[in-house]
Amino acid sequence: MNPQLTQDGRLRHLLTLDGLPRATLMEILDTAESFMDVGEREVKKVPLLRGKSIFNLFFEPSTRTRTTFEIAAKRLSADVVNLNIATSSQTKGEAILDTVDNLAAMHADMFIVRHSQSGAAHFIARHVAPHISVVNAGDGRHAHPTQGLLDMFTIRRFKGAFHNLTVGIVGDVLHSRVARSQIHALTTLGVPEVRVIAPKTLLPAGVEQMGVKVFHNLDAGLAGCDVVIMLRLQNERMKGARLPSAQEYFKFFGLTSEKLALAKPDAIVMHPGPMNRGVEIDSEVADGPQSVILPQVTYGIAVRMAVMALLAGGTAA
Amino acid sequence: MAELTEAGCRAFTQADAPMTDNQVLLRAMEYASTFGLSLWLRPQDVSLAHGGVAHDGAVASRLGLPGIPALAETVALATILQLARETGARVHLARLSTSEGLAMVRAAKAQGLAVTCDVASPHVHLSENDLISFDSHLHLVPPLRSLRDRDAIREALRDGTIDALCSDHTPVDEDVKQVPFGESAPGASGVELLLPLTLKWAREMDVPLMQAIGLISWKPAQILGVPAGTLAVGGWADLCVFDEAAEWIVGPRTLTSQGNNTPFLNHLMLGRVHYTLIDGHIDFEAPHSP
Repeated sequence: MNPQLTQDGRLRHLLTLDGLPRATLMEILDTAESFMDVGEREVKKVPLLRGKSIFNLFFEPSTRTRTTFEIAAKRLSADVVNLNIATSSQTKGEAILDTVDNLAAMHADMFIVRHSQSGAAHFIARHVAPHISVVNAGDGRHAHPTQGLLDMFTIRRFKGAFHNLTVGIVGDVLHSRVARSQIHALTTLGVPEVRVIAPKTLLPAGVEQMGVKVFHNLDAGLAGCDVVIMLRLQNERMKGARLPSAQEYFKFFGLTSEKLALAKPDAIVMHPGPMNRGVEIDSEVADGPQSVILPQVTYGIAVRMAVMALLAGGTAA
Repeated sequence: MAELTEAGCRAFTQADAPMTDNQVLLRAMEYASTFGLSLWLRPQDVSLAHGGVAHDGAVASRLGLPGIPALAETVALATILQLARETGARVHLARLSTSEGLAMVRAAKAQGLAVTCDVASPHVHLSENDLISFDSHLHLVPPLRSLRDRDAIREALRDGTIDALCSDHTPVDEDVKQVPFGESAPGASGVELLLPLTLKWAREMDVPLMQAIGLISWKPAQILGVPAGTLAVGGWADLCVFDEAAEWIVGPRTLTSQGNNTPFLNHLMLGRVHYTLIDGHIDFEAPHSP
């Protein structure tokens, strides 16, 4: 049973893209498309979620994701409450479920949850009352479904379709919830070749069972790619003996203009942000003509509006 | 150690606290073998297991759970077996979980090493595949491993490589399970399900009842060196009367133990205890027993 879907197949929570049907993904992307013009209107609002209360429950700090969820909710006319629990009740030792129960008692309709533990959003979704929806805004290394969806939206906008693409995901797949969500979405949407390109220390065990082709050499992995997705490399990875140094990583796995030239000439470059310039990506590429990193951020708002609108049972504007 | 043995101590162990110092381990084996005592060890390499909460395989990768590789068991086992070979110490290996680990024990036994081993009953029935809903009741140490490992355990129980099947009874407060998987305390309450899980394995594997019962009675007693687990004239009158064919389902309030943390909620069980006798007296009588 998929805890994300109601018995009649409607979206109940958004916890992961793993196991979501293609039609559901397409419905979200199409709905997001219909919200694209809201941001360009003089009055950037539609009344779809008027009177609904949405709580941003961030157990782990985040600026960008929280902000885009907040903007998306406000454009749908919802009331938004931001809780940075990393700095409030959690440090006082309050259990997650007590926090959730308290907010539910304030008549919450939706929780947007970010947590450092994989499965945290599933855990909260299992607990909440039937009328409350949970959106996973990133749980540990597990999933970041709205990021995965906005990446699919970006790819569709620039490439038109999925069935004829080769997509390369470069970097720290092991610790990346973004990569996992991208892989599930890409394979579900019918991308024939999804590649992961990284040293063995940054790939999870049995990653090929997720339907990807494994490359340990950046040149070979980039050859023929239509889409190149770079992942953020966190500095603490150097401490766990996974990499000798950031310099060495950049030399062998960093995306420079010379490396990007190995991909197709019209390849696009994506990054979920925040970027480490000079570690996984060269500024020349990040700010270059093939980069679609800033459009990703813009599309993120429409995609999150679509997810919230569908969860609340509404349709396009 | 020898003094404790005089006081009735049967074996020496650090329980689930890991051995981190091989020099200490070597000396413990040398000293133990001086007196013919046995050491009980849980083979898990601390550094290889560090930070992990699930078997390092395709399922943990998919769920984004930090992994404990099978190597954490086999590397520790290799060390223990090599030291046992050198010192001649008697070693009981507790809570094995991997196919490779069992193969190493099988080979060591074939070479004549004085080793015995056990597995925990959840590992006979469950695997990493059961983690898919992030249920923290499946957070165990060692972790539930692959189906291949589980099947190797089931086979090694049959062929005698595994000497004992144990409950690994670890009741924990529900508060420490009502958190995300990775933050939860590991362990499962198990003592009440040991018999049903053993009988279920025996039925599924077509193993004779007496052979199955041996794994939870006289064989563990033999490892401990106590005259228990047998029915004999003059023997201890510690008995368990059960219905081997009774089927029942584990519910939220089925277990009598204060630890209700079981990974087998809603699972079908086989076999039900009616009476437990200690020293010839009925110590436990199940409601509605005949």
